Amino acid sequence: MASPVPRLPALLIRGGLLAAMAAPVLIAATSPYLAYRSLAYVIGGFAGILCLSLLLIQPLLAAGYLPGLVCARSRRWHRRIGTAILACVAVHVGGLYLTSPPDTLDALLLVSPTPFSVYGVLAMWGIAATALLVALRRRLGLRYSTWFLVHNLLALVVVIATVIHALQIEGAMEIRSKWAICLAVLAATAVVLLDLRVIRPLLRRRGTAAGPGPD
Amino acid sequence: MQSPFYNRRLFLAAAGVTGAATLLQGPLGALSPALAQGLAPTPSMRGGSNNYMPRAPLVERLGSGFWVTGRVRRAGDGAPLQGVRIQIWAATTLGGEREPRNHGSVLTGADGSFRLEMEQIVPNFGQPHAHLAYDDGTYQTVFLRPVMPSAQDRSVSADFVLAPA
Repeated sequence: MASPVPRLPALLIRGGLLAAMAAPVLIAATSPYLAYRSLAYVIGGFAGILCLSLLLIQPLLAAGYLPGLVCARSRRWHRRIGTAILACVAVHVGGLYLTSPPDTLDALLLVSPTPFSVYGVLAMWGIAATALLVALRRRLGLRYSTWFLVHNLLALVVVIATVIHALQIEGAMEIRSKWAICLAVLAATAVVLLDLRVIRPLLRRRGTAAGPGPD
Repeated sequence: MQSPFYNRRLFLAAAGVTGAATLLQGPLGALSPALAQGLAPTPSMRGGSNNYMPRAPLVERLGSGFWVTGRVRRAGDGAPLQGVRIQIWAATTLGGEREPRNHGSVLTGADGSFRLEMEQIVPNFGQPHAHLAYDDGTYQTVFLRPVMPSAQDRSVSADFVLAPA
């Protein structure tokens, strides 16, 4: 590790964060429903749960909140986790398609009877749009501030849609751990957006040093 | 996949998110004023035909501990329909909706009622639900997809009101 050796508090924070992300996945792994499902369904389902967990650390990395991770490293991890989220979405949709093509097509075409499908599809397109925006950042010729605003707005849509999607589903996730991770994801996103879009710009305008800024 | 599945999708896509049920009831009522006066036919539910395998075999039972029940009546006068085949499938502890052991047919009795015992239905694609179909040609095809209020329920019920084909 090139960054300074993390002290005990930093390690505790990282450990706690990893535990918070792992808990809902591990608890879901004990669900009795898994025994009745095909491998594609189980893998597809867990890709979705993992995606939800990754949404907890993703804004924290973007804002550089994790102690012991300097700005550049934090943003590199933000990019890696972003790629992992994209991969999880692909495995999620692919696994569900292999399990039941008609149910998955209904969801993708927005004619599913389940109310949560539309939020899942919204989150999927939001993540796809984010990936495109990242990949085409230079070619789009957007000013950085514009690009950053669109990126933040897409992130907000993805997080809210994903949380609604997850909460309405009756499946392998245990109900309390699901609510806990969803509320944590919402809180992390809200705090980071407030910090990046309101507090840091205000402090900058007053000419006060406010730690690492977005640019 | 089978054609009813795609026909339904095209129809639903055209009908949009809201009006499937009303649209189906509207034209049917207009075609037959007698029906419009009495009991209206049951419209197919969204997603009802998903993972349908036509001509599920007539079975005594598919398992034990969970009951799928319902009644079949004729549109208009509401007369019970006897000897009508209802096809039933669902995701259970035996496996998913495409598991052949989760597909079976039953015939209605003199009072139009039917019941099938099967293994416990488990949540599938986010909701605990069953699929029921009437698809034998004498009456118009209907696909139902009742959702159980709780995954702990030991039964689920769905009624058909069928209109002549």
